[in-house]
Amino acid sequence: MSDPRLEQADRTNDFAFKIGTVNGTGSASANGLIMQAIFRMGIPCTGKNVFPSNIQGLPTWYEIRVSHEGYSARTPEFDLIVAMNPATYERDIAEVRPGGYLLHDSSWPMAKEFLRDDITFLGVPLGEMCVREFKGARVRILMKNIAYAGALAALLSMDLDVIRGMIQEKFAAKPKLIGSNYKAIELGYDYAMEHFDCPLPIRLETMDATSDHVLMDGNTSAALGCVYAGATVGAWYPITPSTSLMDAFKRFCERFRKDKETGERSFFIAQAEDELAAAGVVIGAGWAGARAFTPTSGPGISLMSEFIGLAYYAEIPAVFVDVQRVGPSTGMPTRTQQGDIAAVAYASHGDTKHIALFPANPEESFHMAVEAFDLAERFQTPVFLVQDLDIGMNDWMIPKLSWDDGFVPDRGKVLGAEELEKIEKFYRYMDVDGDGIPYRSLPGVHPKGAYFTRGSGHTSRGTYTEDADEYTEVMDRLRTKIDSAAGEVPAPAVQMRDGATMSLVTIGSCDGAVREAADLLERQGLPVNFLRVRGFPFDTLVREFLDAHELNFVVEQNRDAQLRRLMVTETEVDPARLHSVLDYGGFPLSAAFVAGEVNEHLGRAPEEMKVRPAAERPEGAVA
Amino acid sequence: MTYIAKPAVRHPSLRTNDLGLDMRDYEGTISTLCAGCGHDSVTAAVIQAFYELSIPPHRIAKMSGIGCSAKTPAYFVNEAHGFNGVHGRMPALATGANAANKDLYYIGISGDGDSLSIGLGQFCHAIRRNVNMLYVLENNGVYGLTKGQFSASADVGSRSKRGVPNKSEPIDPVALALTLGATFVARGFSGDKQQLLPLLKAGLMHKGFAFIDVISPCVTFNDHVGSTKSYLYTRHHGHELVPVDFVPIRSEISASYEKGSRTSITMHDGSMVRFRKVPEDYDPTDRLSAYEHYRSLQNRGEVVTGLLYLDPGGEDMHDDNATTPTPLAELSHEDLCPGSEQMDALMEEFR
Repeated sequence: MSDPRLEQADRTNDFAFKIGTVNGTGSASANGLIMQAIFRMGIPCTGKNVFPSNIQGLPTWYEIRVSHEGYSARTPEFDLIVAMNPATYERDIAEVRPGGYLLHDSSWPMAKEFLRDDITFLGVPLGEMCVREFKGARVRILMKNIAYAGALAALLSMDLDVIRGMIQEKFAAKPKLIGSNYKAIELGYDYAMEHFDCPLPIRLETMDATSDHVLMDGNTSAALGCVYAGATVGAWYPITPSTSLMDAFKRFCERFRKDKETGERSFFIAQAEDELAAAGVVIGAGWAGARAFTPTSGPGISLMSEFIGLAYYAEIPAVFVDVQRVGPSTGMPTRTQQGDIAAVAYASHGDTKHIALFPANPEESFHMAVEAFDLAERFQTPVFLVQDLDIGMNDWMIPKLSWDDGFVPDRGKVLGAEELEKIEKFYRYMDVDGDGIPYRSLPGVHPKGAYFTRGSGHTSRGTYTEDADEYTEVMDRLRTKIDSAAGEVPAPAVQMRDGATMSLVTIGSCDGAVREAADLLERQGLPVNFLRVRGFPFDTLVREFLDAHELNFVVEQNRDAQLRRLMVTETEVDPARLHSVLDYGGFPLSAAFVAGEVNEHLGRAPEEMKVRPAAERPEGAVA
Repeated sequence: MTYIAKPAVRHPSLRTNDLGLDMRDYEGTISTLCAGCGHDSVTAAVIQAFYELSIPPHRIAKMSGIGCSAKTPAYFVNEAHGFNGVHGRMPALATGANAANKDLYYIGISGDGDSLSIGLGQFCHAIRRNVNMLYVLENNGVYGLTKGQFSASADVGSRSKRGVPNKSEPIDPVALALTLGATFVARGFSGDKQQLLPLLKAGLMHKGFAFIDVISPCVTFNDHVGSTKSYLYTRHHGHELVPVDFVPIRSEISASYEKGSRTSITMHDGSMVRFRKVPEDYDPTDRLSAYEHYRSLQNRGEVVTGLLYLDPGGEDMHDDNATTPTPLAELSHEDLCPGSEQMDALMEEFR
């Protein structure tokens, strides 16, 4: 179903375009330049990098959505496609929406069979101009990217001063390159101005909606959260799409955690031999009293599962960041999915259940990363920060992060030397306070704190057992402990609308698309309520919300409706109230898809869905 | 049940160490291993080593994986923290614990299944990282807890209890440790405590990854005729290549007056390892020479024992990392959090 807003005449600051290139040719920096320029013009925008699992030579795309209303979800309908890769001409041309534009390199003729008469072809001889103006193959390829950015500047009415300013910043250390980049921008810009009716109806106009915001990806913000939470030990095995998280952690630590005079570093990063070892390092460090974490993805979680069971049973804090990608197996490692929801909830063998946090965007990734360490130490257990490739690797516009210097970390029930000295005898797994959370001691602190940590059967006193009652006592307490975390994980985000009897329920990065779908449905005469799960075990609010609606559409990005299954299992809600809306092909979710699925399920006739005047954006979202 | 408290009876004449502790203070719970198990002799030597070095019990971290060997940390130093993790993954736990608190004495007890099969990768990478720990491999060539399957260290031709010969090539942990760059490589025999004790003490005081392969016969499944890891075989084929004494730092002065044809190596903390009866062309600080000697004797069918290689350099993974002197786990949040001002400044870089 087509987004009704496409029919609007005025498309200023409300359109989407994408750039198709070949990976490894330096197009990423040109695309970043375009995205950042729009952001600096004060216009809300989002960028999605659709890239191959490859180093050089395969097709790659960068999608930018501009929305003065602040919608950030991916939209699959493109008003303009910049087709720089002849290998994908056919596909790129087919994807332009009717009435849209295709910008291509006209140095070589376009095959006739690709031509469409319902879109406008904008040919710019980028290759020819760059060959003329620049020397050397490498420079010519790089400058061709900058030249299409110049053409876009003219076509979309981008602020050239902003672009020049960014080029100056970028090449401050290599001023020689500034001239050639300026030149390339002008080549594209001047050609477009001269040959086309610039700007196009899809165009940019300076706003003031981004001054309190930043452009950041969720791996960077989660890494920053780890730094601010006081994590000192990070262990990992490189895996897409989580790798940039440890890269960022290292970068921040080199900056903030390295003594400027002595060079001494208050962090330790272990690039482990595999994910099993990474998990072991984190658990060993947590046992010895450090805040430790490992970033990984689905296949890594599988390998870590045995260790996760140990940490659950031996009650050792550890933070696992799962940046989900398309599975199973190697799957599509550079595409996004929410396929690990069920896996992390019960990771490992035997009876295990874990605390999990589900951020919706890089802003939440930061805050939830901090919270993950508090929860891990408070509940003495593994905690999962579950994001996905779309959050982790794409640049999102988020409010500037801020930090409260009054923050005090929750280190949980850890007995120090003085406290241990005072008590008669320390029992590691005794439920002294009746809340299911025992007291912990750290190695090296006091002889009275010594105990034997083990993954084998143990009693509440911390001794080995094969006795049924002694084993059961500890397992039952563990269940109480983890269940009690339901009220401590972030509460669900809820948005209520007048007259709604149905709801959209979702998780993680689907947030933006599902909220937008709710707006769209309301404009089509169907108000729906909204809930986004933010933590597991589920808050009691989740069950109450589901029960309060005759029908809940559960929107998620996996084939097997993992969130829905988890809700049925954990809340015992009537499954008939939960209808799945699933999208799991690897692309970030779009609002049009969600609204379309809802309308189809309800069998709504087109006249029912007649678009009403744009309603005010509903307020009162409980974040 | 492997948790049986020992009766707390102390003989009044028990000697005490520099901390005023006697040997009983370094004991653990009663062993539940088979009577005569080589591992129990290793445990006894470990207890004596910690006692003689006067290491405060609670400053010891005892790490292990799964298997008969992994049970033994429960049998020594009750007042130390122990961590019995998952099979073959003790090195990762030890790495993490050491990363968090580098000031503890780490001893890892492993077996040939734990280190050479399921945990071969972890063993190798702990060596590469040069974790500051003593890693003891109690090597009996057999899986005990699962009743007698060959392990990866079983020699070709060695026969199982049922008489079946092993046909797969063994993985030799000593050769592996030498080639992977372990900074301390030794082999002992559980039946020779006199030799094992100084090796354990030197290994504990060594800074960096100290590896001791201890031939420790399995009395139940691998101590029969035809086994190459039996007491009898080891006694007949054992060759003490480089006998050593360990001289702690405080005894240094008296030790320096000892005379004879010996090689002495001063360790990072000033304590000393003295090599007795070392062949003239053998330099225990030269990896290549150590490897050649080891291989040539091994080719003659001898079980080479002693301290084979020692790098007295005294560096470990924290030196590579330039970690702060204060253990990471002891830093306060104020030490670690960059604060709001840095955050505000940082945000401007993401615009």
